[in-house]
Amino acid sequence: MSEMRQLVGLLKQIDDQLVACMRCGMCQAVCPIYAETGLEGHVARGKIALLECLADEVIKDPAGVKERLDACLLCGSCQANCPSGVKALDIFLKARAFLTGYYGLPPVKRAIFRGLLQNPKLFDTVLGVASKFQGLFTKPVNDMLGSSCARVFSDLIGGRHFAPLADKPLHDVSPARDTPRGHSGLKIAFFYGCVVDKMFPRIGEAVLKVCDHHGVGVFMPHGQACCGIPALSSGDRETFEKLVALNMKVFAEADFDVLVTPCATCTSTIKKIWPLMAEDLPATTRFQIKELSAKVKDISAFLIQDVGVTPADVAVSGEPATVTYHDPCHLKKSLGISAEPRALIGCNPRYKLKEMEGADSCCGSGGSFTLQHYDLSKRIGKRKRDNIVATGATVAATSCPACMLQIGDMLSQAGDKLAIRHPVEIYAETLAGR
Amino acid sequence: MTNHLSQKFEEIVGAGNVLASEVDRHNYAYDAAVLAPKLPALAVRPETPEALGRVVKTCNELGLPLTVRGSGTNLSGGTIPSEGGVVVLTGALNKIVEINEADMYAVVQTGVVTAKFAAEVAKRGLFYPPDPGSQAVSTMGGNVAENAGGLRGLKYGVTKDYVMGMSFYDVDGELIKAGSRTVKCVTGMNLHGLMVGSEGTLGVFNEIILKLVPPPKASKAMMAIFDDLGKASETVAAIIAAKIVPATLEYMDDFTIKTVEDFAHAGLPTDAKALLLIEVDGHPAQVEDEAAEVEAICKRVGATRIQVAKDAAERNKVWEARRAALSALARVRPTTVLEDATVPRSKIPAMVGALEKIAEKYKLTIGTFGHAGDGNLHPTILTDKRDHAEFTRVEAAIDEIFDVALSLGGTLSGEHGIGTAKSKYMVKEVGQGSIMYAKRLKAALDPKNILNPGKITGA
Repeated sequence: MSEMRQLVGLLKQIDDQLVACMRCGMCQAVCPIYAETGLEGHVARGKIALLECLADEVIKDPAGVKERLDACLLCGSCQANCPSGVKALDIFLKARAFLTGYYGLPPVKRAIFRGLLQNPKLFDTVLGVASKFQGLFTKPVNDMLGSSCARVFSDLIGGRHFAPLADKPLHDVSPARDTPRGHSGLKIAFFYGCVVDKMFPRIGEAVLKVCDHHGVGVFMPHGQACCGIPALSSGDRETFEKLVALNMKVFAEADFDVLVTPCATCTSTIKKIWPLMAEDLPATTRFQIKELSAKVKDISAFLIQDVGVTPADVAVSGEPATVTYHDPCHLKKSLGISAEPRALIGCNPRYKLKEMEGADSCCGSGGSFTLQHYDLSKRIGKRKRDNIVATGATVAATSCPACMLQIGDMLSQAGDKLAIRHPVEIYAETLAGR
Repeated sequence: MTNHLSQKFEEIVGAGNVLASEVDRHNYAYDAAVLAPKLPALAVRPETPEALGRVVKTCNELGLPLTVRGSGTNLSGGTIPSEGGVVVLTGALNKIVEINEADMYAVVQTGVVTAKFAAEVAKRGLFYPPDPGSQAVSTMGGNVAENAGGLRGLKYGVTKDYVMGMSFYDVDGELIKAGSRTVKCVTGMNLHGLMVGSEGTLGVFNEIILKLVPPPKASKAMMAIFDDLGKASETVAAIIAAKIVPATLEYMDDFTIKTVEDFAHAGLPTDAKALLLIEVDGHPAQVEDEAAEVEAICKRVGATRIQVAKDAAERNKVWEARRAALSALARVRPTTVLEDATVPRSKIPAMVGALEKIAEKYKLTIGTFGHAGDGNLHPTILTDKRDHAEFTRVEAAIDEIFDVALSLGGTLSGEHGIGTAKSKYMVKEVGQGSIMYAKRLKAALDPKNILNPGKITGA
């Protein structure tokens, strides 16, 4: 019972945020989960109401509340459209942490987050081995965790059409580097993120190729840790904070102008969630985190805004290929970036962009969601797939490797023959290269 | 008890469609009104009209209070259930049955979302004008039950002006039909008219037949700024006197202007006392003439600045300020109490003056915006419901707002409904006789008082 008191006490801390919800219900118009189920408990208003009930001790059993909270993509559509500016994502992340504190982390998640993620070298080694024994590795990790990076594992689950682990991760293909500013006068720190490192090293290579071409210096250290969102969205604040600290150690002192990532989720986590969760940390740490998080940028935004790339002068033979672009929630809804990835695609004249209906609607992957609610995730993903296919595009582009996994799964299951590319890959194709 | 009940309803709607867990019950205990939640026994989600009818019949047999809920956006507590009652969710009854272009009508199920319906109608080159603020989520059943309004009320009317007929279930689960698909119909009593605005107290809607109209071919929007409220009001009167009926004629007070500017940086003058947003629509030539005339009137009466939108982008900008009004106000304090007392349009200056005095008297922050063309104002009280002392003053202020509105020949609610929030004020406006008449009507049609009990007429 004392634990319950503690939980109530923690929820009272976010009372000011909870009370800002005026119950207008406008979140029902944009929530991808609600669109499928129509349940009040699946929309932000309903979840916030339940948290208030829990804080007021009107609801006795937190399990039901936790279950509803977990049925959320953390896509941020509700927050982006909330008339009274309720910080729904902050609320949900904090509440998940409180409830996980109450119930404890499930053993499998504990093993992954605390045993593996917190130890990047071990994580790399395990996955390095796993890539060679993927078939064997499937069973033991089954039913594990969830959350964007954790989809590294989730895609090992049978029934899915998953992108296999790369033979060689990015950090093996491209060794650590620290190159000086070239003719651009700019230098980035390259935070590639788990999914790019371990499943889509080709995206990381494209980033490096583009930077080399434009004379952008690159600081790419080894020992980068996960951005932490998989742990935090499962309520594991302890692991999250350790991961942030690991990354701070690697990046905080380095010399660079912009922290660039090719992953919408990593960008949004570093930009928004790191400072948010740093509130209780010592002032100096908090300051360092804010400094770093202010420097983070999505690769497309960096190339368009800072480098100023323009359409490439390359020969086009025949009709340009049709490409359609999916807005990752963590880029558009969270950070308001939607023009730059399109502009970057537009820099390759061999492609013609055709907008799909609902380009900014969630693809249905999201956090531990795709694992715990694969059926629902698939239903949402199917809509995305239909909208992509309706454009007649031969290439689907998006700025988040996690979305790429989900969309790839959906397209593949439907037997569609589309390629999935990151905008930076499309742009890199125009550059003479290695 | 709940288990037994759940079973009974599961037989009708299927196991997945009975929601009776602790969290489910708490999730269907509230709506958008600032009122205390009430815990129902369970919620059911019928997927077919037949199941809907059987749910109603079963509730009546068991004497269980029944509250129909679309998207739960009601601002007067109309979708807050009775303690221990049944919430009937219409979300699965969301088919647009027919859109008939030749005869310009549509038939919808009760759970169809307003904006989705309007968009489907627009795709076919027709127009469904009612546009309540919650249209992105509100349902057609809810719109009809509350007689929802919106920004276009002055020229195009409100929901009731578009209901041609409907079918609904009575408490015995009989399907009652009223009205028709024809423009003219005097067959039988105007029962669908009775259903409009009945707030779920007389029957449970099944399908609704709605009138559609051709869309206007052109429109023009402008923003006029005033340093004096009287001049803004005089402008409204002058426009109407010139026999021009704008599609929208919206008002914002000085507090709302300042708050919107702080929030949206739309370039509004923060020293302005009042602002009007005016849009005329219709045939292109008529729109040109009327827009010029409205502009001249604004100048003549003394607007300090007039901004006419030259294209769609500018028009959007003009409306951005209005759309931001509630959002901007809602962010000022934790609790937002959105009222909708309505007065004859000539009484707007008196009403606004009274609102200022009330805000001062009760030491409250009130921002007022709304539909100047039809006198439907939205005094918005910004408060914190956790501050009990302040909230008591809010309640006193609301009492006084209604007294003033009534003394000016106005009405308690323009478009939000009476629900439970305003039922106690009803007697002041209509008198005890009218309430008794409504109660006798309800008692005859719903002898066990199961249909959304306590709404409109009180307990």
